Amino acid sequence: MRIDRRNFFRVLGVTGATLTLGKEVNATPKNQNEIEFYGILYDSTRCVGCQSCEIACAEANNLPESEGAPEIGIIRKTDETRRTVVNAYDTSKGEVYVKRQCMHCNEPACAAACLTQAMLKTKEGPVIWRGEKCMGCRYCMVSCPFDVPKFEYHSANPEITKCDMCYDRLMEGKMPACVEACPAEALTFGTRRELVAEARKRIHENPDLYVDHIYGEHEAGGTGFLYLSPVPFNELGFNTKLQKSSYPELSKGFLYSVPTVFVLWPALLLGIREATKNNHTKELENE
Amino acid sequence: MSNIDYTIAKDNDGKSIWKFLVKELKPRGKFFTPFNIISIPIMLLGLVLIIIRFWKGLGSITNLTQEVPWGLWIGFDVVTGVAFAGGAYVLTFMVYILNMRKYHSIVRVTVLNGFLAYVFYAGALLLDLGRPWNVINPIIGNNFGTSSVLFLVAWHFLLYMVAELIEFSPAIAEWLGARRARKILSGMTIAAVIFGITLSTLHQSGLGALYLMAKDKIHPLWYSEFIPILFFVSSIFAGLSMVIFEGSISQKVFSDQISEKNHKSHNGILRGLSKICTGAMFAYFFLQVLIFVHGKHWGLLNTTMGYWFLVEMIGFVLFPMMLFFYSYRKNNILLIKVAALITMLGIIVNRLNVTVIGFRWDAAVQYFPSWMEIVVTLTVIFTEIWIFRWIITRMPVLRESPSWVNKKID
Repeated sequence: MRIDRRNFFRVLGVTGATLTLGKEVNATPKNQNEIEFYGILYDSTRCVGCQSCEIACAEANNLPESEGAPEIGIIRKTDETRRTVVNAYDTSKGEVYVKRQCMHCNEPACAAACLTQAMLKTKEGPVIWRGEKCMGCRYCMVSCPFDVPKFEYHSANPEITKCDMCYDRLMEGKMPACVEACPAEALTFGTRRELVAEARKRIHENPDLYVDHIYGEHEAGGTGFLYLSPVPFNELGFNTKLQKSSYPELSKGFLYSVPTVFVLWPALLLGIREATKNNHTKELENE
Repeated sequence: MSNIDYTIAKDNDGKSIWKFLVKELKPRGKFFTPFNIISIPIMLLGLVLIIIRFWKGLGSITNLTQEVPWGLWIGFDVVTGVAFAGGAYVLTFMVYILNMRKYHSIVRVTVLNGFLAYVFYAGALLLDLGRPWNVINPIIGNNFGTSSVLFLVAWHFLLYMVAELIEFSPAIAEWLGARRARKILSGMTIAAVIFGITLSTLHQSGLGALYLMAKDKIHPLWYSEFIPILFFVSSIFAGLSMVIFEGSISQKVFSDQISEKNHKSHNGILRGLSKICTGAMFAYFFLQVLIFVHGKHWGLLNTTMGYWFLVEMIGFVLFPMMLFFYSYRKNNILLIKVAALITMLGIIVNRLNVTVIGFRWDAAVQYFPSWMEIVVTLTVIFTEIWIFRWIITRMPVLRESPSWVNKKID
């Protein structure tokens, strides 16, 4: 890392803060309830586009065998029959594969949008869908900045489908099917904190191989799925203009104003009613 | 129970309440009217389509895609329909809170209109739900998704329907001849009005707030963090334009119901409403200009969507606003009605721009509603008009209350 003036001050500030707060921060016992999300790191420099993850995913979720193969110029999309796809992109550094699936945001828009909490950010990290609660309003689909949740339009008992990071397998102590199946070690499963550290390490050790950007570290307020890439992410079809703060943040202001309106409005309305009571009698006199 | 029956029966000139209801349920008037001839086949077709929809899934009759999951049924039926129903809260505010008694004669019909709009357009939501059997989950707490704007909107729809039913209930009591019930129910009006206005403020804006998280999906000319405020302000003149429009039709179609006095005062009412519309539309236009300037989207104006934005702002907001003002000054009732009609078209354009046209305007596969979605929408609207007509011809909505009602103030 190059040390310039700005970085120098930043280091100085961090050091200073550590010196003053350091003891306390270190002394805080690791809370049992502290949330430590699990996530997956995907390294597109390692991916060979073999689709093992797709096959394993379909098997684990009882979905039909995936059709098509990654091919430059063709963008395959996840849909109600496949929860993950691998696409190939022609980039400035040649052909690069990218796996797409749910990003498992830290603060997911879909879960904030869900009026029955059918879409749920579990304390383990995966964002899951619960059919017994869902009313099929598809507001999660409207809200998701990654267009991940899919809907079974041709079913009388439709479900919202998306990657759930193999939540059931995680509960059994197993790894997500795609991670287990990957022969190239392009997928790494772990706590998000470990994964960010690992991703940084890889970038640091191999600065020529990677762009200095972990997609998902800050995008949409941080996601459980993290990406490493040899080329800038916009070359791989990623939306790099996504806001860095979380999406539920966008409607928070409105929701916070609700109690205020509920308290103030009735009082205000009653006040106005009292104040204008004489209007009526005046009107009658004028007539 | 039998005691209550007895009182009602006695109030109703000794007739049994059940015989009375059966008699009232029977259709009246001519059957082969132009409206019936057009609406009945469409409603029957719509019914068939609805059956197919529940049998084969939403994709069987709608053009919805994975990218555009909300189409005409949400964008028009719910979002636009509720804006048009805004007249009820604005008018109750004017009459019961500001004590503008001049408008009292049209309160009942407006509240009825609002109530039916909520029942039918929120009811249309059921058609759009993939798993409608779970619709009670947010009400019974399976689970309370309190972080969701839609949760707020759903509860408000429900509570507001109750509030409007209470506001309207004296008319039902008068129809049934239930004197004591009428007294109790009309005593609840003010509370229902205040509750209703509060709810309306929040869910009219809430319908806009629904789209706040779709930041990257809505065309920047229509997306801003002020969507909730814009939706609220525009619901004022959307609702009043609907009142003008509906009132003008009712004056003709149901002229036998309307007393000489109310018939005469109607023009004065329209004039007053056009003045209020001018003010609300000016505020709205001003807000839109401010938001546009702050958004720094000048470059976008010179695109197809930019022209469309200008058409909406100038042709459907600024122009009808000036028309309202002009016709108010010149006391031209016909022009007021024309202005109301253009304003209503403008509201449809605006709501569809946010929810359908500007939503995923850049998607590879554009959404356009199928003819079946349109037929179902028409079915919903026609059914509502049928019920509206049934109530108008039976209950004292447009006509004066029966003589036994104390006519001082209610």
